[in-house]
Amino acid sequence: MARAFTPKVITANDLLEGDVIYFTADNGWTRNLSEAELITDEAEAQLRLIEAEKQNIRIVGAYLADAKAGPNGPEPTHFREEFRRTGPSNYFHGKQEAQANV
Amino acid sequence: MYKYNEFDEAFLAERNAQFRAQVERRIDGSLTEDEFKPLRLMNGVYLQLHAYMLRVAIPYGTLNPHQMRTLALLAEKWDKGYGHFTTRQNIQYNWPKLRDIPEMLDALGEAGLHAIQTSGNTIRNTTADHFAGAAADELTDPRPYAELIRQWSTDHPEFQFLGRKFKIAITGSPNDRAVTKAHDVGLRMVERDGEIGFEVVVGGGLGRTPLVGKVLREFLPQADLLPYLEAILSVYNVLGRRDNKYKARIKITVQENGIDTIRAKVEEAFLALRGQFDGTDQALLAEIKEHFKAPEFRSGSTEAFDAAYANDPVFRAWADTNLAEHRAEGHAIATISIKAHGQTPGDATAEQMRVMADLAEQYAYGELRISHQQNVILPHVHKNDLPAIHAALKANGLATANIGLISDIIACPGMDYCALATARSIPVAQEIATRFDELKMEHDIGHLQIKISGCINACGHHHVAHIGILGLDRAGVENYQITLGGDATETAAIGTRTGPGFAYDEIVPAVERIVEVYMAQRESAEETFLETYRRIGMEPFKAALYPEAQKKVA
Repeated sequence: MARAFTPKVITANDLLEGDVIYFTADNGWTRNLSEAELITDEAEAQLRLIEAEKQNIRIVGAYLADAKAGPNGPEPTHFREEFRRTGPSNYFHGKQEAQANV
Repeated sequence: MYKYNEFDEAFLAERNAQFRAQVERRIDGSLTEDEFKPLRLMNGVYLQLHAYMLRVAIPYGTLNPHQMRTLALLAEKWDKGYGHFTTRQNIQYNWPKLRDIPEMLDALGEAGLHAIQTSGNTIRNTTADHFAGAAADELTDPRPYAELIRQWSTDHPEFQFLGRKFKIAITGSPNDRAVTKAHDVGLRMVERDGEIGFEVVVGGGLGRTPLVGKVLREFLPQADLLPYLEAILSVYNVLGRRDNKYKARIKITVQENGIDTIRAKVEEAFLALRGQFDGTDQALLAEIKEHFKAPEFRSGSTEAFDAAYANDPVFRAWADTNLAEHRAEGHAIATISIKAHGQTPGDATAEQMRVMADLAEQYAYGELRISHQQNVILPHVHKNDLPAIHAALKANGLATANIGLISDIIACPGMDYCALATARSIPVAQEIATRFDELKMEHDIGHLQIKISGCINACGHHHVAHIGILGLDRAGVENYQITLGGDATETAAIGTRTGPGFAYDEIVPAVERIVEVYMAQRESAEETFLETYRRIGMEPFKAALYPEAQKKVA
């Protein structure tokens, strides 16, 4: 039996900056996972990915990543996505640095 | 050191201009990512977890002070103030922006550096013994041959689309410091009847299928190097598998066809190709050799060194671990550790790079080396200058006395940066180094190499470590497998797995238990970890690592 579908967000890297971005419900991109669109239907996820890939002129490598609903929006379920939304652990660089400077 | 001629400069400027135009066409939408990706990879540009990464080749690990300052400039102007030296004598910048990369490549080009063929299915940067031209045990400096290979392989039209990447390493010394047996082709300079030539080893490699290379030709005359390499590459290009990425490296080609078949085909191709080399390569080699003439080593007393060694215990500890024997009298090879306890292995700040460049200029005949062990080397230093060098290093966090010790860890970038990684490796290295520094044990433990990879591709060389650590993703959690008894030298060996892996918070205690077994079992302080392991075998280590399993058996 096929495994049950788990909720997803669409994520990619920004073409110019190279940093991690997430697809939003209004077909835009955000740098915060909490603002991403959480997709709970499998067929819908494929359609949304096609929609996201229409913007390949300014993004790179869009894919569906597992996520779950949290009190402030989507949260990662795997440590790889946790690192992508935070930054490296050896320096305070990447998203954690950007957020500290807000 | 090699200096670009007009041809080199023009070639690189043109190539950089081409890439600048390719970047522009990607940005304006004329190129899709699928079209752009192979082009950017050929120029060393990756897209990692958090940002682009630019990988710059440091051919055969050799740099002059101006080049080191250029690397510092890139770190400061277009990155976050540091660079990461890798196990293939490259430097990686973790945070460049796409629009800035053509500028970075132009700045590198002005210093005689490039990022060509640091990625993609091409012949990569040829690595060499980091003590080349300086070591007391060396037959001859292998770097002119490495430079010849660089020129031959750069943009070689036949080898731009190989089945997979292809890595060559070269050493001029019987003591292999270049891990030649774990490369697609390893070249070891050997002497026969008074003539120096190459022992050619093929099909070594780490990764998913770790294999020690096999001897393809016991003695290859120097003049036959390029036609013979071309023969190997052409045989691989035809026989190598393209249906399965994991079976595409030449080590699998050798395994599947047998070394004898490969040898016969290479020799046949070699006979056909040799005639095409009309001596131009040898003329070029003679020219290149002029660039690698040893400096005029000065003479003079070593009084200042002797006094510091006798009176300053901190200097003495550094001298005991970080110096190696030089071929010229009164000289030493000084390794600068960029592995301060708790820091990221292989990282140097722009400021540190400038300090090292200044020291090289002032004291070390203008030469620097980068080792595959992720350290920096001043290859030629008069011993009397060592106290001043040590003082300058100390003032800049560069005087860690740990070369060859347990905290001199090789670690790949792992999941902190790399898109391929399955687990982190940097923080594991940081914690092991910090722990053994706290225990004040590492000088007592002696020579022990830990190497950590964050995925099965083994950039961290874990298979050939005395203690190897491989980070994996097991059901969504980081898990670390340990191997023991690997060896990266001329007696190369692949380590053996201890058993089940360890969780992230269990890995440092596991390493500690392994070291405790060694300390309890060694026959004397002179018996190294590897020697003890070879004498007592895996069982005592297993017993310490998996006490529960032992109980069940009992």
